[in-house]
Amino acid sequence: MALDHVDLSIEEGEFVAILGTNGSGKSTLAKQLNAILLPTSGVCRVAGMDTRAAERLWDIRQTVGMVFQNPDNQIIAAIVEDDVAFGPENLGVPSDEIRRRVDESLAAVGMTSFRGFAPHLLSGGQKQRVAIAGTLAMKTKCLVLDEPTAMLDPVGRREVLETVRRLHRESGITVVYITHFMEEAAAAQRIVVMEDGKIVEDGSPKAIFGRVDAMRKRGLDVPLAAEVAWKLQKQGIQLPENIVTNEELAVALCR
Amino acid sequence: MPIELRDVTYTYMKGTPFERTALQNVSLTIADGSLTAIAGHTGSGKSTLVQHLNGLLHPTKGEVLVDGVNLAGKKEEAGLARRKVGMVFQYPEQQLFEETVAADIAFGPKNLELSEDEVNRRVRSAMEFVQLDYETYKDVSPFRLSGGQMRRVAIAGVLALKPDYLVLDEPTAGLDPQAREELLRRIVDLHRKKKLTIIVVSHNMEDIARMAERVVFMHDGHVLVDAPPSKAFLADEKMREAGLTAPPTVALLSILRDKGLQVDADAFTADEAVKRILKAIQKKGGAKC
Amino acid sequence: MLTDITIGQFFPGTSILHRLDPRAKLLLLLVLMAAIFVFDTPGGYAVLTGLALLLAATSGVPLSMYFRSLRPLWWILAFTFLIHLCATPGEVFFHFWIFDMTKEGLSRGFFLCLRLTLLILFSSLLTFTTSPLSLTDGMERLLRPLKVVGVPAHELAMMMTIALRFVPTLIEETDTIMKAQQSRGADFSTGNALKRVRHLVPILVPLFISSFRRADELATAMEARCYRGGEGRTRMKELHVGGIDYAAAGVTALLFAAMGAMKMAGI
Repeated sequence: MALDHVDLSIEEGEFVAILGTNGSGKSTLAKQLNAILLPTSGVCRVAGMDTRAAERLWDIRQTVGMVFQNPDNQIIAAIVEDDVAFGPENLGVPSDEIRRRVDESLAAVGMTSFRGFAPHLLSGGQKQRVAIAGTLAMKTKCLVLDEPTAMLDPVGRREVLETVRRLHRESGITVVYITHFMEEAAAAQRIVVMEDGKIVEDGSPKAIFGRVDAMRKRGLDVPLAAEVAWKLQKQGIQLPENIVTNEELAVALCR
Repeated sequence: MPIELRDVTYTYMKGTPFERTALQNVSLTIADGSLTAIAGHTGSGKSTLVQHLNGLLHPTKGEVLVDGVNLAGKKEEAGLARRKVGMVFQYPEQQLFEETVAADIAFGPKNLELSEDEVNRRVRSAMEFVQLDYETYKDVSPFRLSGGQMRRVAIAGVLALKPDYLVLDEPTAGLDPQAREELLRRIVDLHRKKKLTIIVVSHNMEDIARMAERVVFMHDGHVLVDAPPSKAFLADEKMREAGLTAPPTVALLSILRDKGLQVDADAFTADEAVKRILKAIQKKGGAKC
Repeated sequence: MLTDITIGQFFPGTSILHRLDPRAKLLLLLVLMAAIFVFDTPGGYAVLTGLALLLAATSGVPLSMYFRSLRPLWWILAFTFLIHLCATPGEVFFHFWIFDMTKEGLSRGFFLCLRLTLLILFSSLLTFTTSPLSLTDGMERLLRPLKVVGVPAHELAMMMTIALRFVPTLIEETDTIMKAQQSRGADFSTGNALKRVRHLVPILVPLFISSFRRADELATAMEARCYRGGEGRTRMKELHVGGIDYAAAGVTALLFAAMGAMKMAGI
């Protein structure tokens, strides 16, 4: 059983990070969100649409865009702009409207100058930004990213996270972000922790990362600042609860 | 005896419009028994560099010597020298092909034409070292294992060659935090207990900071920094030039220092960072700032 | 090294050839290839050779690349030439051991080689100046009328697009796997044929496994982006036949007329 009686509701405009070790059911959960997988029992609704309703399938997939882990295995066309056009082409959008959407989407992820490139000449981070643009061109309202940075170098990781944060902030896109990198999870408004197909924690980054012990027991990390703060407290240093970022620790220590 | 790169230049697709110089006049000596980390962003030339270490690529100009033998040489000697360097590629689990774990690990030793007994001995000890129980896993298909276990099988496949030098390209990429932690510990053990000379290529500064004795930053096909971690990671400007970020501990302590806490930034584990902060606070007589 | 191979080599540019509609280019290529066989007179070959050289020179593609495209055929060309040189009956101008070299053989060998060279050159002109994507696009449009007789034009084009997209990725991957197995002492270059085939197992198995995984992930990614076959699909880049295409067709027709006249006049 990959998912075990999961109850979860994500509001429009939220930025949710999902954490969990490999095999905890994160990817299975993500694939439920745009009907790539269907629940064996229970219901999954996307913007009110039941994912099991075949006639709404394309509406659902248009509403929820997916970005996967391996940047190479989700770019279909041999040229960047043609790949971004792939989604709207499938939806039967008229060609001048596709052109406009492709231009907008590439601009939104800062890849306009690479529009004529072949994908294999791009870095991993750039490929993932192209993949994000590909979902934006379908007018996606919710972006589900399944470990989008796992195969990237630090520069690529930063590129992807910054792009996602900006889209969330400026376009109000709902984000579901699965990751192993705690610093990335700390950027979310809410963190959901999964274990053995169940949701075991659900709260703000502060609440989740404040409990260093509990996270460790689940085989997960916490951001360094949270760990250091926790260890300093054990050494008798008086610090406020729920320190997550470097800046918070600096303020607490230097007040 | 060390590995020596003498003024190595390497050009891809020489003589075509796609010509690209990946390494430019690189000179580097990897001392026996050291643990060196090579860092650099994608395209910095670090992967090209390590492929020179066991003769997969030969320099367009310059030479690579392992224990004093030029790897580009035609003689048997050069072949033997190349074998001294074990190479674990990025995502090594993608190279598994045999039906059982034991058979896959045995592939290398069998290519060395060792006796069956010796092959079995090596498979067993390599599996032990990567903490895969021989009896439990030897007859299991490698493709039924978890990602972390598959990677350990692949690394065992290289260890079974009994190399003197071990090169690992992004060994922890794609692993979850727990699997990553375990693998790093095994690598440090290889260095300490088996006295292997280890070269780790990575862009994960946290990994590098925790284990390397020496850090080489590559940028644009040449060596930008070559220093112990305590120096290399504090060279802010060079790191930025190489497109790298400081390890989290250094970043944290630097911020504290900017805010006025008199703390040394040369800590590479959480515990060291805590010690530095405690020391700084005590110096202040218990006052935090 | 494997990654040194350039497959589906396309050199972006703005030459006349680059600006032609891919459908026009495909059709013109077919017509020119036919011409090579129909107008088999010295005059005809002179016109075609001149055309090929002119197009190559103005294509903006380094000329050395055209030589490269001929290189794999070097042996076939030499062999063809020698066979015809020695096996054609006629006026012997040189005798060596059991070989009689004839004047007729010399000219026949020469023209056969020229014919092969021209075929390769014209195809190279097409592939060097047309992006793989517009090539498949052009093919899909040309094949579309055949849909009524059951030719799956869209599916064929989609398959080709994906194949082209993944050629560089697979080359890179094969290169890595080969290097990894070489690092484990594998030897791909010695031994008899049987041994060599066996040596391929450590390369092919990982390659197949990863290709299946890729195919699986790619299919999921395509579905996630609402792919449901060619039905109801639109395209961002609609192909347009423009003045330049008609001009090219006109020029070709003129050349044909000239070559036809030469053939009738026996030149």
